[in-house]
Amino acid sequence: MIIAPLLESRADFGETSGPRGSVVLMTRIRFARNLARHAFPGWAKDAQRREVFATSLAAVAGLKEMKKGISAEMSDLDELERQILFERHLISRELMGMKTGSGFVISRDQSCAVMINEEDHLRIQVIKAGFHFKKAWNVLNGIDTSLEETLDYAFSPTLGFLTACPTNVGTAMRASAMMHLPALVIGGQMEKVVRAVNQLGIAVRGLFGEGSDATGSIFQISNQTTLGEGEEEILKRLTAVLNSVIEQENNTRARLLETEPAKLFDKIGRAFGILRNAYVLSSSEAMNMLSLVRLGVDLKMLPVELRSTVDRLFIECQPGHVQYAARKPIETAERDSFRARLLRAEFEKVGTPDFNPRNDDNEPTATN
Amino acid sequence: MGESLKCDLCGKPATVHLTQIVNNQIHKLDLCEECAAAKGVTDPTGFSLADLLVNKPAAAETPASQLVCEHCGFTQADFKKLGRLGCPACYERFSPILEPVLANMHKGVTHLGKVPARSIERRTLLDRIARLERELTDAVRSERYEDAARLRDEITAMKEAMSGRPAVS
Repeated sequence: MIIAPLLESRADFGETSGPRGSVVLMTRIRFARNLARHAFPGWAKDAQRREVFATSLAAVAGLKEMKKGISAEMSDLDELERQILFERHLISRELMGMKTGSGFVISRDQSCAVMINEEDHLRIQVIKAGFHFKKAWNVLNGIDTSLEETLDYAFSPTLGFLTACPTNVGTAMRASAMMHLPALVIGGQMEKVVRAVNQLGIAVRGLFGEGSDATGSIFQISNQTTLGEGEEEILKRLTAVLNSVIEQENNTRARLLETEPAKLFDKIGRAFGILRNAYVLSSSEAMNMLSLVRLGVDLKMLPVELRSTVDRLFIECQPGHVQYAARKPIETAERDSFRARLLRAEFEKVGTPDFNPRNDDNEPTATN
Repeated sequence: MGESLKCDLCGKPATVHLTQIVNNQIHKLDLCEECAAAKGVTDPTGFSLADLLVNKPAAAETPASQLVCEHCGFTQADFKKLGRLGCPACYERFSPILEPVLANMHKGVTHLGKVPARSIERRTLLDRIARLERELTDAVRSERYEDAARLRDEITAMKEAMSGRPAVS
């Protein structure tokens, strides 16, 4: 398996502490870049695509950030490998379906991934756990500048970076935060938030981008426009909107705790019970239950260390990852019981939730 | 009267007789069955007398006004169908239709972000080398050997300066 080295070295799930990190699972910024004088991948002939692929792959794999990373052409990967990379947000659904002349380079720690010949010649992304646009921007900007030493980018002084789709032209930057918003979902506030945020030129999507639903109350919030505004201004504007969404989520949590504690505790307690005792779990049910347990951690009913475990399990309970953990091909039904077994094993180690979260001076600890 | 009408297009006896009012003008047309079928007259809704009179197919107007990118062959219809462009040069070629789209879609129409300084510097240098090479050819042709030598040295120096940063595109 080509991607085995990635799966053996764990991605970073550890920086989601603090009041903002508890709501923002991860931040991601990506640049779309194209080579000057070359047809965009969707229109290029096979030979042109292969030429761009070879040139780009050499440039990207040579980056210091990609040392010990992995690279491959999509045709070298089997279905399962594609699925796993997609579930880790390292490649897009579009790239999953592509074959010869398209591929990727991914850094060993999986914080940096470059897709080649997806919609654009290059899609360069940097991911950071927690709410860290500044850090992600610094790394991405550095990588982009290094690549530009050897690659001639398609650029217009008036329109900026030229991209296959006019929605990305200009900075060609899409910055997004993966946000965990369970209270807004439970409180029925999400629709209102989405409408308000949309009016500010910010898009809200489900966990796996366009067209995906918000399983696990996880939403991707990102900038919609790329032209007429600099990168740092876009990030500033997006950060302001995200901070206000975080505030809304935290206020709703406080209100639910105040007005309907029994309803909230019941949801979290049941979710914990299911994860600890179920024998059949679909991936969407697992996600939804993990989401509630994560809320339990944020409300101090469960030990704080559990948060990074939950964040890891969000990924590991996806179909591709379960299949991989089983080490043999298994059908959906078998996968659901295998998933339940994995989760039971994780949650057997965790003590019973302490439903006395309002006593902040005396931080509750789970009993083993 | 009583004289049978002939097809306006081929002269055979006409069996299809059309009357259409275009801009308050009455136009009459007589066609034989074959010509009527060839012109699609059997479907009155998809037929225009005006098109028949100027002797061109009904859909001819659209392709004539279509933009095509000389660099990659991408057409306006491709853009309409795919919502994507063919190559970087398409942005210039399709600017008449893109400008309103971009203005609608974004915060502004002018790029205000990062500039790929190296690419631009390299492009400028390559353009200058190309210009100097043209001047060198002119100088040799008109036997201005002193100028030619100076130009050759200048080109060599510029190429050396560039070799430190390989350009791939």
